Amino acid sequence: MTVAAIFLPLLGAFIAGFFGRWIGDRGAQIVACTGVALAAAFGVTLFVDVALDGHNVTTQLFTWLDAGDLQVQWALRFDTLSATMVAMVTVISTMVHVYSVGYMAHDSSVPRFMAYLSFFTFFMLMLVTADNFLQMFFGWEGVGLCSYLLIGFWYDRPTANAAAIKAFVVNRVGDFGFALGIFAVYALFGSLQFGAVFDAAPNFAHTPFIFLGWQVDALTVTCILLFVGAMGKSAQLGLHTWLPDAMEGPTPVSALIHAATMVTAGVFMVARLSPLFEYAPTALAVVCVIGGSTALFAASIGMAQNDIKRVIAYSTCSQLGYMFFAAGVSAYSAAIFHLMTHAFFKALLFLGAGSVIHAMSGEQDMRKMGGIWRLVPVTYVLMWIGSLALAGIPPFAGYFSKDMILEAAWASGSRVGLYAFWLGIIAAFLTAFYSWRLLFLTFHGKPRADAEVMHHVHESPKVMILPLVVLAAGAIFAGWLGYHDFVGEGRESFWRESILVLPDHASIEAAHHAPAWVGELPFAMGVLGIAVAWIAYIWRPGIPGVVARSLRPLYLFLLNKWYFDELYDALFVRPVMALGVAFWKRGDGAVIDGLGPDGVASVTSRLSVRASRLQTGYLYHYAFVMLIGVVLLVSWYLLRQIGS
Amino acid sequence: MQSWPLLTLVTFLPLAGVLFILVLRGTPADVARNARWAALWTSLVVLALSLVLWADFDPTQADFQFVELASWLPAFHIAYHLGIDGISLFFVLLSTFLTPICIIASWASVTERVKEYMMAFLVLETLMVGMFCALDFVIFYVFFEGVLIPMFLIIGVWGGPRRVYAAFKFFLYTLLGSVLMLLAILAIYYQIGSTDVVEALNRGLPPGLQTWLWLAFFASFAVKVPMWPVHTWLPDAHVEAPTAGSVILAGVLLKMGGYGFIRFSLPLFPIASHDLAPFVFTLSVVAIIYTSLVALAQDDMKKLIAYSSVAHMGFVTMGTFTMTAEGLQGAMVQMLSHGIVSAALFLCVGVVYDRLHTREIARYGGLADTMPKYAAVFMVFMLASVGLPGTSGFVGEFLSLLGAFEVNTWVAFFATTGMILGATYMLYLYRRVIFGVITRADVRAMLDLSWREVAIFAPMIVLVLWMGIYPNSFLKPMQPALAKVMERVQLSLHENAAAKLAER
Repeated sequence: MTVAAIFLPLLGAFIAGFFGRWIGDRGAQIVACTGVALAAAFGVTLFVDVALDGHNVTTQLFTWLDAGDLQVQWALRFDTLSATMVAMVTVISTMVHVYSVGYMAHDSSVPRFMAYLSFFTFFMLMLVTADNFLQMFFGWEGVGLCSYLLIGFWYDRPTANAAAIKAFVVNRVGDFGFALGIFAVYALFGSLQFGAVFDAAPNFAHTPFIFLGWQVDALTVTCILLFVGAMGKSAQLGLHTWLPDAMEGPTPVSALIHAATMVTAGVFMVARLSPLFEYAPTALAVVCVIGGSTALFAASIGMAQNDIKRVIAYSTCSQLGYMFFAAGVSAYSAAIFHLMTHAFFKALLFLGAGSVIHAMSGEQDMRKMGGIWRLVPVTYVLMWIGSLALAGIPPFAGYFSKDMILEAAWASGSRVGLYAFWLGIIAAFLTAFYSWRLLFLTFHGKPRADAEVMHHVHESPKVMILPLVVLAAGAIFAGWLGYHDFVGEGRESFWRESILVLPDHASIEAAHHAPAWVGELPFAMGVLGIAVAWIAYIWRPGIPGVVARSLRPLYLFLLNKWYFDELYDALFVRPVMALGVAFWKRGDGAVIDGLGPDGVASVTSRLSVRASRLQTGYLYHYAFVMLIGVVLLVSWYLLRQIGS
Repeated sequence: MQSWPLLTLVTFLPLAGVLFILVLRGTPADVARNARWAALWTSLVVLALSLVLWADFDPTQADFQFVELASWLPAFHIAYHLGIDGISLFFVLLSTFLTPICIIASWASVTERVKEYMMAFLVLETLMVGMFCALDFVIFYVFFEGVLIPMFLIIGVWGGPRRVYAAFKFFLYTLLGSVLMLLAILAIYYQIGSTDVVEALNRGLPPGLQTWLWLAFFASFAVKVPMWPVHTWLPDAHVEAPTAGSVILAGVLLKMGGYGFIRFSLPLFPIASHDLAPFVFTLSVVAIIYTSLVALAQDDMKKLIAYSSVAHMGFVTMGTFTMTAEGLQGAMVQMLSHGIVSAALFLCVGVVYDRLHTREIARYGGLADTMPKYAAVFMVFMLASVGLPGTSGFVGEFLSLLGAFEVNTWVAFFATTGMILGATYMLYLYRRVIFGVITRADVRAMLDLSWREVAIFAPMIVLVLWMGIYPNSFLKPMQPALAKVMERVQLSLHENAAAKLAER
């Protein structure tokens, strides 16, 4: 069953991809959807069996690598952590598959799209069920590849191509850290097997280690390197630039890959490696600071964006920041809890946005929407549910998980925890603000689209609405249902050994004893954010313009995403291209070839021309040269005689 | 062990094919057709025989197998000595695998002097296989140098517009290095009184001499690999060579340098190898970063892939001189992987070159629309070149970096940036060729892969995935031989250290 849960999507991808021409669009859709739906059925069964009933199981497939002391197996590891992820990934993926049947109906390459989606699901499952660092890296790079393929799905658009390459390359920058981290793990532990490494980790706490000539704490450096990989995949501050651009891909892709599953892989990685991170407190502090900063940073940008998908993208980025700082204060289970609830409501929001875009004939700019809520009532309600969950309003899912994260950050008592807590509180306000800004701009007010577009506004077909309803159910109930097991009283028996928290890092326990205001503050901030959004966009719609004008530099700063793209362009992209040309023309052309082969060749031919000039043919020239020779010889002889 | 002189057969059977083609008579069209078929059948039989080698090869043995020893010039202790171990086995297979592919790839694209062209490739096969099997320095040197001649002709006769410049550059560059190696071989001969490789390996060489000999061999192998800064012959040679010429050049000829390092430099001159490893690391890292950046700036498809070859071979030299089990195996797999992947990438260029007769990247764009099969095939090899896990490229790159990290974190740090740069130039190339919108009528008229082209690429894709997902089929047989190399190195390093201590 474990094998079937993982490999059915691959089979589906294979059939839809290679035989799409024979089985047709409909056939490809059926095959791909069946593959993931079966995988989801197995996934949920496994979740019950493994996580709830406590039967961990690891299926060894076959040996991958055997070199020196390194031995790596292809294996499927099912413990609570991976079973949770498998169930979540397969369920969301199934919803997105079904939704895509409707959303991509008019596209010219349906089989290719379905194949990519299933292919992605396979890699994601390989990632979460990895039993060693290398297989995790396999899934990690594989989902990156699928993300690249799907962002660039409409390959005739230059922006999509650029975004696809950007996503892959920025992720590779993160993977650069990940790879070095893997090398460091191997250098330290002599194994890449999770079991062996985790068992030995306590012995390596406070072990020094030489890295780049510096003597440093081994586990700290290793964990930070690994975290760089997580930052790339989960679009954390500095390596986040690819995520907003990734919205060039079709909307189902944004929902599945760039909201619910792939981008959360970094959080999963930190949770999975908790037995390492727990012994590297400095690394945890770094995770916490980066997470907290990203939560606020991305939310601030989200306020000023006009593209409906980009707002949600920055929101994703911000929510991932929450998950990271939860992990940074050792509240891994809270991070995974939020990961799970977020997967539901964020996929819901994205697919809802897709439904809006579908209704608006492809328009994504919120300034050209407005006043359509009566025309798309179901989508409207669903978007409300998603937003309520995102803003952390009880009893929606986000309330339970986000509250727990903030409480844990506060209760950890560390300085970085408090830093993250306060940034998280501000971000909670911003989150509610931009979510309702989105709702109001999109659905309320006067229609700003032209009559032609407005005429075509329609509710999406059932095949698109049905998955949304399932996701909405998750967005409403997941938090309430999961609270006890994920972060409540039942957490010990639920997570068991799949997550390690040292006794003096028990922030979740402390969070349960946090003062009441800590738990109420995020909710208050959420309500405040909604109120402000209502004032600014419904009650007094002139305010945003005034604010933008009076705080123009700040507004531009946010609108232009803190100028990260421009900065990176100037710092990396252009210098690298210039270096390439310089090395080519100057280095290879002028220096190496000029002094090397071409230089030698031209010197040789010049010398031979000179040498041939000596052969003048005049007897007196030769006689004269001979004479000089004789003189030189005699003088040399005489000098030697005198010298001795 | 076996009654048939299998290695001799594999080595010299292509020459029988050459003889057969030589005596072909008839109208030019007949001769061309018969020459093609004769060459193809010969190379396929050779491939089959080499597969027998693999099947009969005992993967647990570190010693040479299928050994053939016959006296040749007894007065000088020079013998006809062939044999393979886990190191050379796969290079023999690589050569015999790529030759039929080259012949099929040239089926329609070479129309002039077909007979001579096919003969050149078969001669080349003999020389390549012989070089990897040789266990006598003289025989090795003869094959090693001999390879230059058919390659020189292939570039110089069937090449592009600047073929003469490129052919001479290629020839002189590689010859220059080899001359020094000949001197070193003479020195070894005077030292141990024989040119037998096995004997030289067993006897060892005095530490004082090792550095000079190492440098002489290095000059020859570094040019072949090619290492920075003696790599500039490669882009020119690739650009001017016909497609199949590039395939062999990238697929096998570059590996002769890497093979030389593992077969001779490490076990014969372990102390020098150890002392000069930092020098090699520096050149490797420079090669990886420098040529990746240069590749990024290219507007000629073949040149881009040629530069990427230099970067990939940088991982090989780096992995080799880590002298760790992981690094050495990584270097070997990287060579095999590159042998297939870069060969396939050159074939991919050949596919579009055959249709449009230009290698300029800007002339293409949007091929995904009209050539979906081609786009998929190109994608597989592009990803293998990038080193995506699950493809052969990853295994080699990862293992050699893993070895490097154990030895020197700086080297690993800088070399790992190659992962980022490699992705950048390959994706950029792919985007410009495959993605985008078709703007020209002649590009729109291009046909997708023919069945012959599919037949070429299919086995290569299988190999790339096989080496990526289950590389143990390749890692296992090479393990004992590489372990023996390491053992020799460790032993002589210990002895040397002990001797130095004793001197004090």
